[in-house]
Amino acid sequence: MKDEFDLSPAQMDALKEIGNIGAGNSATALSQVINRRIDMNVPDVAMVPLEAVPDLVGGPDTIVVGVFLRVYGKAPGNILFLLPQRSAFYLVDTLMGRPVGTTTKLDFMDESALMEIGNILAGAYLNAFFTFTQLAMLPSIPALAMDMAGAILNIVLVQLGQMGDQALVIETEFLSEDDGINGHFFLVPDPGSLETIISAVGVE
Amino acid sequence: MPELIRVGMADYKVGKAPATVISYGLGSCIGISLYDPQTKIGGLLHIMLPDSTQARASDNPAKFADTGLPLMLNDVLALGASRARLVAKIAGGAQMFAFANATDIMRVGARNAEAAKKMLKDLGIKLVAEDTGGTYGRTVSINLEDGVYTVKTINKGEKLI
Repeated sequence: MKDEFDLSPAQMDALKEIGNIGAGNSATALSQVINRRIDMNVPDVAMVPLEAVPDLVGGPDTIVVGVFLRVYGKAPGNILFLLPQRSAFYLVDTLMGRPVGTTTKLDFMDESALMEIGNILAGAYLNAFFTFTQLAMLPSIPALAMDMAGAILNIVLVQLGQMGDQALVIETEFLSEDDGINGHFFLVPDPGSLETIISAVGVE
Repeated sequence: MPELIRVGMADYKVGKAPATVISYGLGSCIGISLYDPQTKIGGLLHIMLPDSTQARASDNPAKFADTGLPLMLNDVLALGASRARLVAKIAGGAQMFAFANATDIMRVGARNAEAAKKMLKDLGIKLVAEDTGGTYGRTVSINLEDGVYTVKTINKGEKLI
């Protein structure tokens, strides 16, 4: 198996470009659903020590809403869409056509709406991924949890932890024009998937 | 203010009263504390995985129950704790996302708890309190002044074990 550290700068760039196209697709999809402009930053592609990943979203005890999807196909992995609690409430208010600030707690319908958003984002992302790499991949049914960021990130980190001490994280931040939404979209390939993705891109 | 010693994921820290050792945001991970009530020496280990023999070689033994616990034990003994007096408490091991067909990875919390208990037993350390399982995250800390182990959650309040 290819060790994550062997990635050349060109390969890192290729991954960044994939992340860019995927996230661009997702941002467009999200913007259409909530009818607001969504900006995204250029994706970060980085090898991060496992224990440092929670710091990317404000520290392990920050309260976040996480939508988790397992990715099946030739290059399996995990997708995690993390929203700070405030952003999640803003997003459900917008989706449900309620005045912003109404939601203070997620009910069953709210959770379902957020999971559907996760589904739409993941679908848009993986579609772009397919266009670029010809690797067909499908997301699982989404699952949702609202809890401490560290606890939620455990689900992706544990799997990586069996194979090494670093995580390859393709991460994009979404921002809505009025700053109401600030979400983090993580694609974390399984350790064995990296080689498949790199060879599909065809960059040395 | 007594010192607050922070423990990251896959790490451990040891210390003496009046310090408190804390680790934030545990999901399927487990926080294992060791404490000697007489010398008020103890430590906290934050493990991610049950078994180092089922994983690729790692630079970080504190990631696993089976390799992390002996390391922390050595360090608390070196600080002056008595092995015979040491007591252990554990918390964590949740399953954060409910899936109908949960894989082994998703049930890792339960396996972590089992591995932690087995390792304590093998080392002859008495487990005196436990708060494991569930579907929620925990922030755990041990106060080395009195050995009280605090488990904080977002929706289930705070528990002293």
